[in-house]
Amino acid sequence: WVPVVGLEVHAQISSNSKLFSGSQVQFAAPPNSLVSFFDASLPGTLPVLNRRCVEAAVMTGLALNCSINKKSLFDRKHYFYADLPAGYQITQQRVPIAVNGTLSYSLYKDNKMSQMVTKTVRIKQIQLEQDSGKSLHDDTRSQTLVDLNRAGVGLMEVVMEPDMCCGEEAAAAVRELQLILQTLGSSQAVMAEGQLRVDANVSVHHRGEPYGVRTEVKNINSIRFLAKAVDYEIERQIEELENGGTILNETRAFDSKLGCTVPMRDKEGKQDYRFMPEPNLPPLILYDAKSLPANINHQQVVNIDWIHERLPDLPSVRRAKLVELYGILPEHSFTLVNEDGLTEFFENVVNQTQMKPKKVIGWILKDLLSYLKQHSLTVKESPVSSVLLADLLNLLEKKEISSTAAKQVLAELWKGEGKSPLEIVKEKKLELMQDQKELEQICQEVIDGQENEVMAIKAGNLKVLNKLIGLVQRKTQGRSNPVVVKQLLEKKLS
Amino acid sequence: QVSAALREGGVSPTELCQRCLSLIKSTKFLNAYITVAEETALKQAEESEKRYRSGQPLGVLDGIPVAVKDNFNTAGIETTCASNMLKGYISPYNATVVQKLLDQGAVLLGKTNLDEFAMGSGSTDGVFGPVRNPWSYSRQYKEKSVSKSHSEDEESNWVITGGSSGGSAAAVSSFTCFAALGSDTGGSTRNPAAHCGVVGLKPTYGLISRHGLIPLVNSMDVPGILTRCVDDAAVVLGLLAGHDPKDSTTIQDDFKPFELPNLPDVSKLSIGIPKEYHAPALSSEILALWSKAADLFKNAGAKVTEVSLPHTCYSIVCYHVLCTAEVASNMARFDGLEYGHRSDMNKSTESMYAATRREGFNDVVRGRILSGNYFLLKQNYENYFIKAQKVRRLIANDFLKVFRSGIDILLTPTTLSDPVPYREFIKEDNRTRSAQDDILTQAVNLAGLPAINVPAALSERGLPIGLQFIGRSFQEKQLLTVAKWFEKQVKFPIIQLEEVQRHVQDVFQHQKSASFS
Repeated sequence: WVPVVGLEVHAQISSNSKLFSGSQVQFAAPPNSLVSFFDASLPGTLPVLNRRCVEAAVMTGLALNCSINKKSLFDRKHYFYADLPAGYQITQQRVPIAVNGTLSYSLYKDNKMSQMVTKTVRIKQIQLEQDSGKSLHDDTRSQTLVDLNRAGVGLMEVVMEPDMCCGEEAAAAVRELQLILQTLGSSQAVMAEGQLRVDANVSVHHRGEPYGVRTEVKNINSIRFLAKAVDYEIERQIEELENGGTILNETRAFDSKLGCTVPMRDKEGKQDYRFMPEPNLPPLILYDAKSLPANINHQQVVNIDWIHERLPDLPSVRRAKLVELYGILPEHSFTLVNEDGLTEFFENVVNQTQMKPKKVIGWILKDLLSYLKQHSLTVKESPVSSVLLADLLNLLEKKEISSTAAKQVLAELWKGEGKSPLEIVKEKKLELMQDQKELEQICQEVIDGQENEVMAIKAGNLKVLNKLIGLVQRKTQGRSNPVVVKQLLEKKLS
Repeated sequence: QVSAALREGGVSPTELCQRCLSLIKSTKFLNAYITVAEETALKQAEESEKRYRSGQPLGVLDGIPVAVKDNFNTAGIETTCASNMLKGYISPYNATVVQKLLDQGAVLLGKTNLDEFAMGSGSTDGVFGPVRNPWSYSRQYKEKSVSKSHSEDEESNWVITGGSSGGSAAAVSSFTCFAALGSDTGGSTRNPAAHCGVVGLKPTYGLISRHGLIPLVNSMDVPGILTRCVDDAAVVLGLLAGHDPKDSTTIQDDFKPFELPNLPDVSKLSIGIPKEYHAPALSSEILALWSKAADLFKNAGAKVTEVSLPHTCYSIVCYHVLCTAEVASNMARFDGLEYGHRSDMNKSTESMYAATRREGFNDVVRGRILSGNYFLLKQNYENYFIKAQKVRRLIANDFLKVFRSGIDILLTPTTLSDPVPYREFIKEDNRTRSAQDDILTQAVNLAGLPAINVPAALSERGLPIGLQFIGRSFQEKQLLTVAKWFEKQVKFPIIQLEEVQRHVQDVFQHQKSASFS
């Protein structure tokens, strides 16, 4: 069975006002407090295009390697629903603003965290359209509550071709898109706040045969659930077909509690949206440096080349730069860019310590990040600041403490009691022994106490040396540098 | 002229306002007004008076009573579109054109009657009843009608105003205001202007803002101007035209208001007579008048040629498809949820919508919505909507070709006959009537061109007949200049209405046309 997954992603444009009206865009405002006459569909009101939204769409199109259509059109898509005041949505069905792009994303091959593989998904198009309001069904009182704050907010719909084959790929693609949007600033793309919504189109077929009937899965609220929903639906379809059943071309909702997809009540039969050109909006004309007329008012036009020049470094570029600059592995750069604020943290530490970035990265990814994840903290909420970590690593680098001791100090630092690494080291007496003579004495003691092991070493079994080193460490309560101990032991035993 | 009177102190804005208001009351039987905003009008008149007293009027329109068709939004004043759907709807904002009038100090007397949602050619199909043509009560008409008994005839013989801006046309015609706003989608300003003997200007699409005009067909609607003379229309146009950021279909270029020459010269003009406008149903009276008008121009030295607009015969069908499609779309917002009528049916959202729309809309509106939705269905879109768009392009190109060949202005009839009695008119349904009556006016809307009706003569029955001039895009100055010349030639008579004469004797004794400029 070959599963086929395509995605429709709706990203809320990050702008001060809505796509066609001047009312504000804001999350969680009091109901119906951000509704202009146009948003409420009062008769006689007309749409006026928001320039910032157009720029956001162009930026996104360029970042996804799309061709930007210099002329795009607006259409009306008709259907009746309580959260659609005008009875139609203004969208771009005939000629959208951007087409034919690509999105590259990476995932860990075979679940090994060490090997990454890069895949591409084709972007069919990006279109500008209005968001709808929100309707809440109050079954106890048999009423529907309608909040139009969101009605008319600008959306970019990014349509990804069915080039993906499983939940993991879908999730990775969306994650990368999310990072790109956040980097561009064209959308904040926070799924929990509804700024990024994903619908998945799933079907299965046998290799060589035509594509199977597809279902649309909606109501996916996180990237994790996206992967689950897609995988569940693939399994469901395979099972259904293997049992001789058929797949209905229907819309299903993902139930996150049960971890499965269920048919949606509302969508029965195919809707005819009666698309019609939006007569109140002239075609959207965009210019580039070549086509820009000489005497035009710059406030009135959007120049594609101007936007192109000002695009920030996309995540893929940032990752490549990190790898080059710091000599870290590509997998490391993924994690750095993936976690909000982690790159900054890492670079701050690197700038404040003599330890090589290649070594710092281990502390960042293994010690810092795993602790944060365990306690569900973001990088910004970390009780250990980059300054503190840098101080600690400096102590380690200067060989004033051992790496075991450093881990102990870090554990203390997590408590967030405001003590500096140095203070903790002093408090717990974790400094490495500086007294060479004392150390030599202890080594000698250990050698004297482990006759069998000494004989084994002298016979050539060098692995046993580690045991002796361990014993010395214990005797010194971790205050000895294993490298130095090893040298001393070797010297004594040779 | 009345503006001059205001300035010179011959009459005060409040006096003027009061006279108009009482005239509205005396002519209530015309049913031209849906809402009379007496209190606010008087207040506006008082403000205007203060300004005149301090010698600082805002302009020509300061203190001039005006009326506005009830499909324009007026803040704080009911806006109904003559429909149950919007009965009691108090708009929270002013349409741009209304705001402009108010900013100039105009006194808004009230909202005028129309066909429901501007769908119709008689102003007979609104929920507040039909509008009666003031000429039904004129001496000119009464003298010519074969009467059995006085009162019986008045009741059964009254003629329609035409539509859909019948209320505005009747208001201007009966002297209750000096200018009125209408709307024109297929002839809705020019048609009633012709029937009521007033000037009706349809500006070029995109010249005047539609923000606040409740739309019928967004790609054809324009605000229309109704006045008693061409100069007045030019003045109002000057105040209303220009780019509006709130309406993305208005032109960006600056508009410069113009004044019309006092003695227009038409000798260098090239007038076109489109042969297709010689419709089979055209009355012989109007045909003769049209011919006479052509001769007038010829004798004045203009070049008058017959031209052809070959796709004219397809304009009705084309208009019907595009109009109903847009109507279906524009009316989708009326669901009773946010504003307007809401049915008591509350079993489900859908049943509430269905009941609201059935209760709120009349047959005409519902019929157009159903047709429009049919044409927009996926399987029909190509064959109807797209086809109609292509035909529209052909019709528009007909005009372009003619204008490019050197023709400056086209001269055509505005209506097929003089206004018919109401009892005759209602024998056919709205759709049939619209299809018949719009034929001479709607191609202009398809092409977006400017056009104007100028009252030309009285028919044998003593009722007004007008003729239409069609101009090039955005060449309103030329269009109005020609119209003004024609107006001076024909010297259309003033309506002789008892009520009017009683009220305005002192002010307008010596005036021929009672214009305000």
